[in-house]
Amino acid sequence: MAHPCLFGDERANVTPFTIISDCDGSRLWSAPSQVPEGASNNETACDVGPWCNMNFGEREEEWALLMRGAIAGDSAAYHRFLLAVAPYLRATARRQFARMGAAGGDHEDIVQEVLLAIHLKRHTWDPSRAIGPWVAAITRNKAIDMLRRRGRQTEIPIEDVIEQLPAEPTGGGEDARDVERMLAMLNPRQRDIIRSVSVNGASIREVADRLEMSEGAVRVALHRALKALAARYRSDAKS
Amino acid sequence: MRDNEVRTEEFINALVSDEPSTRKRFGSVMGMAVALGALVAGGLFFVAIGFRPDIQEAVKSAPFLFKFVVTLSLAVAAIGLCSRLARPGVPVRQWGYALAVPALLLALAVIAELAMTPLSTWKPSLIGSNSRVCLTLIPLLAIGPLACLLLALRQGAPTRPGLAGAVAGLAASGIAATFYAANCTDDAPLFVATWYPLAIAMVAAAGYGIGSISLKW
Repeated sequence: MAHPCLFGDERANVTPFTIISDCDGSRLWSAPSQVPEGASNNETACDVGPWCNMNFGEREEEWALLMRGAIAGDSAAYHRFLLAVAPYLRATARRQFARMGAAGGDHEDIVQEVLLAIHLKRHTWDPSRAIGPWVAAITRNKAIDMLRRRGRQTEIPIEDVIEQLPAEPTGGGEDARDVERMLAMLNPRQRDIIRSVSVNGASIREVADRLEMSEGAVRVALHRALKALAARYRSDAKS
Repeated sequence: MRDNEVRTEEFINALVSDEPSTRKRFGSVMGMAVALGALVAGGLFFVAIGFRPDIQEAVKSAPFLFKFVVTLSLAVAAIGLCSRLARPGVPVRQWGYALAVPALLLALAVIAELAMTPLSTWKPSLIGSNSRVCLTLIPLLAIGPLACLLLALRQGAPTRPGLAGAVAGLAASGIAATFYAANCTDDAPLFVATWYPLAIAMVAAAGYGIGSISLKW
């Protein structure tokens, strides 16, 4: 799926960006507070594919625009927002885990967990504020949870090796495991609904017809399932 | 694109299919919590506690009115800080400083009292006659607002749950102390600076405890 780029590279206005520090002073999201006009800051941008030529300010404006659309009820804009944020989360997770000495490999796990948190907490973004720090703070919070969950155990940094292997042609086992592991936490009905609308791409109406439920009931069940998923992550983090 | 990215895109489908955000924006949730909390505390106050008997005289006295300056500034600063702590990525430092305003005001008033009154009156002024009532009624009046604020914070996303809960406790006790101050006959800054903070700290500690457990997301 192509990432829509609403703004071309000629768009050069850059919003100053704040540096958000962790309690221990480490940075998860950082950019110079002043970027010379026209210059692009590629410290992280080049990790994220289609966003390579966009600097923080542009990316943030794009996200904010899409999210405002989403708040106004435009689900296509919301879809594009989540797709646009995912590569940033992936790059951040990769960098963060590398820095903390945790193994690479299943960053997708945290990408999905952060997306879920962003989704369930999307009403806490204040549209009059920049969206980047909001995304970054949620990401950092979830990254800390995940590191805590893993007990910061040292794992073999195998990613470099994996990168050089040919990609598996049919659904990589590693990542299928993420989805399966997440779904395994739910009850069968919830699992069925999430699987239908995500993996199989069914619409709410199709699921409702198949399960002989009303659309409203499917929506409620889906929402509960997503909240249950988040709660499960949370209880994992405590133990 | 790698396979795992497709998986995440599938997961995104599920998120997009989830009910459209009919949920209220967080700002209005917080506003409602404050209003409802004040209503509960106010209801309890007017039904069960009431004004002090000499309220007609008291409203003309500066030390009595000064208590409200302190309690209201505490409530405003703590509510402002609380609603910022509930939003990820929002800077909170300035509102943290704002929380020092009621403390500074009270400290100045105490210094003024010490400077203007003889040593012999200090002790009775500090002990007052309502210390036990103060330590009971402020936490009691704060229960309603604290519950409302904590429920609102659960809708938010505080990245520091314990701190957010503690600040909710400060906000709730700011509201509670504003009502209680209208009942309390001790107006001396020495009394206020001794007993009110003690009562408020109890509520803040309760908020911290509840918050660090129930406000994780």
